[in-house]
Amino acid sequence: MPFQLFTGSDSYIVSPELRDAVNVAAALEKPLLVRGEPGTGKTVLAEAIAESLVMELLTWNIKSTTQAQDGLYLYDTIKRLNDARFGDRDISDVRDYIRYGPLGRSFLTEQRVVLLIDEIDKADMEFPNDLLHEIDRMSFQVSETEEVFTAKVRPIVIITSNAEKELPDAFLRRCVFHYIEFPERELMEEIVRVHHPDVEKELLDQVLVRFYWLRDLPDLRKRPSTSELIDWIAALRRAGIEADAIEAELPFLGVLLKRESDTNLATAAIRRGRVN
Amino acid sequence: MFTGFLYHLRAYGLKVSMMEWLALMRALCEGYARSNLTVFYHLSRALLVKREADFDTFDRAFATFFADVSDIFDVTDAILDWLEKPELPRELSEEERKALDALGFEDLLSTFRKRLEEQDERHDGGNKWIGTGGTSPFGHGGEHPTGIRIGGAGGGRTAVQIASSRRFRNLRNDRILDTRQIGVALRRLRKLDRDQGPEELDLPKTIDQSARNGGEIDLVFSPPRRNKVRLLLLIDVGGSMDPHTVLCERLFSAAHAASHFKKFESRFFHNCVYEKLYTDISRWKGEKTSDVLKRVDEKWTVVFVGDAWMSPYELTYSGGAIDYYHDNIDTGLTWLQRFRLRCPKSVWLNPEPKRIWNAPTIRMIRQVFPMFPLTIDGLTDAIDVLRGVKPNKATTEPVLDESKNWGALA
Repeated sequence: MPFQLFTGSDSYIVSPELRDAVNVAAALEKPLLVRGEPGTGKTVLAEAIAESLVMELLTWNIKSTTQAQDGLYLYDTIKRLNDARFGDRDISDVRDYIRYGPLGRSFLTEQRVVLLIDEIDKADMEFPNDLLHEIDRMSFQVSETEEVFTAKVRPIVIITSNAEKELPDAFLRRCVFHYIEFPERELMEEIVRVHHPDVEKELLDQVLVRFYWLRDLPDLRKRPSTSELIDWIAALRRAGIEADAIEAELPFLGVLLKRESDTNLATAAIRRGRVN
Repeated sequence: MFTGFLYHLRAYGLKVSMMEWLALMRALCEGYARSNLTVFYHLSRALLVKREADFDTFDRAFATFFADVSDIFDVTDAILDWLEKPELPRELSEEERKALDALGFEDLLSTFRKRLEEQDERHDGGNKWIGTGGTSPFGHGGEHPTGIRIGGAGGGRTAVQIASSRRFRNLRNDRILDTRQIGVALRRLRKLDRDQGPEELDLPKTIDQSARNGGEIDLVFSPPRRNKVRLLLLIDVGGSMDPHTVLCERLFSAAHAASHFKKFESRFFHNCVYEKLYTDISRWKGEKTSDVLKRVDEKWTVVFVGDAWMSPYELTYSGGAIDYYHDNIDTGLTWLQRFRLRCPKSVWLNPEPKRIWNAPTIRMIRQVFPMFPLTIDGLTDAIDVLRGVKPNKATTEPVLDESKNWGALA
């Protein structure tokens, strides 16, 4: 397996560690588990990989009711039953009633694809364990037809998870793990420039000072994230707010902080004049 | 050297499995770390450490182990040494040994050797193949050939410096419990039963019936299996409970996320339960405790979470509630006993260590509810008691004269 050169894309700035983690996971054919604060670009990563390596992206959005089987295939028994009873279709081929899920499809393709298993922690606790076999072998059996499908080319699997929930050890052992750190100022400036290429330097500086000051406030329950920062800058620019106005107060604070207690905390801190 | 590193990590308490270790060996043999310790640092962390909470431990282990190694060192040599004499950890369990056999450990080693030989050839002989060119995907921090500036740890900081800076200290949590463990424990509360209510199509039975009917479709419906457990979670917030906020939030979110309860309700209180229970942590919105008591019955499981740490008069005096504007007629203890009598399946979880459980108010509450520490063992014990596996015993049984009158009060 050649070592693929994922280097980030025009709209996605990647840290060297994350880039290496992606490449190692792709080369060792292990899933890459990405965790990090909300809004650090976990989901977008898969899109960026697909885009930069020119591969198809299959997305499996996990919900609380999702089961491992859903990702592989569904045998639509009800439809077949219905067709057998009332339809005039030929129902002799079970395969007509097998519908493949994203995980199943990622094993069936001829070309290497990127498979995103998004927010795996949302599912039932046993869910990751149910995937172990498929992840190890990259194959599955359709029990109705006894056909076994094995991936010709193993997909690049990106799994995202929010930091709160723990995943089972057996599952973790099989993954390459990367924790997306919150970007430091320099990197953040670049990320902002991707979204707001023509933002005034003065405004950006002031915004970033304020943003990191807010994030550093002790006792903040939900710290504002990158995507919220980008929205905030958009709001400030749309309203034509000058850099020095941000120093005196925090306009559109609601874009950054969503909890009442956090807003109160921040407002109190501003009043105390703790801005450096 | 490499086996030494594995031992070192394990000595620091990182549970590195053989599967993970071999993945690292394979990555190194494929040449992914080149000869750069910084890349090796990130590579080994990505493959061996799977929780950001353990990053700090890994950093400390890494910094001490590689303290004297310069940042340009030859990973290949170290690997060759290891391949010469592939030591395996002595404490390998039977299970791990079996896993290794299944992996074909010997085959793996020979693959590694072959790979390294190929690498040698490609790199103009010699036994070093230090890739210093800028085209390597593992560029030595800084600029990348495609012109995309790479952020993060650049600027010539060495791996050991990075590790020593211990950036992940804040992610450490020497947790008593994590959400998953709580979730697993709460699962044991499950009590499945065929329920009343809307029926659903029973596919296996339908197929069976239809087959018996000679192909005439016969739809069979039956009520779904549902969990019967009704859980009321009462959490002490504020004041002395502040240090336990995270823990309580975790318990709360685990209970909340557990979709398997028939009913789940949660309320908050401050130090002790009086005539009002609150629906929000800031204790603005709430409802009468008597209404809650009317709604629940002996089918409900009530779990109190609190440190039970307060002034005795908060439990035993009329008007003893901690909030000065709050003038309670009935004592705190009375209210607690009402819960106990109404819902015999109730327990108290205490985040404070057992050694201070002799404090007066804790002792008093322990006379009403069986109390367990808010740890994974404590929670498991509590659930055993709730399921009736173990006897449900408070220090003494509750005695309350006007217990029948709670509906008329307040």
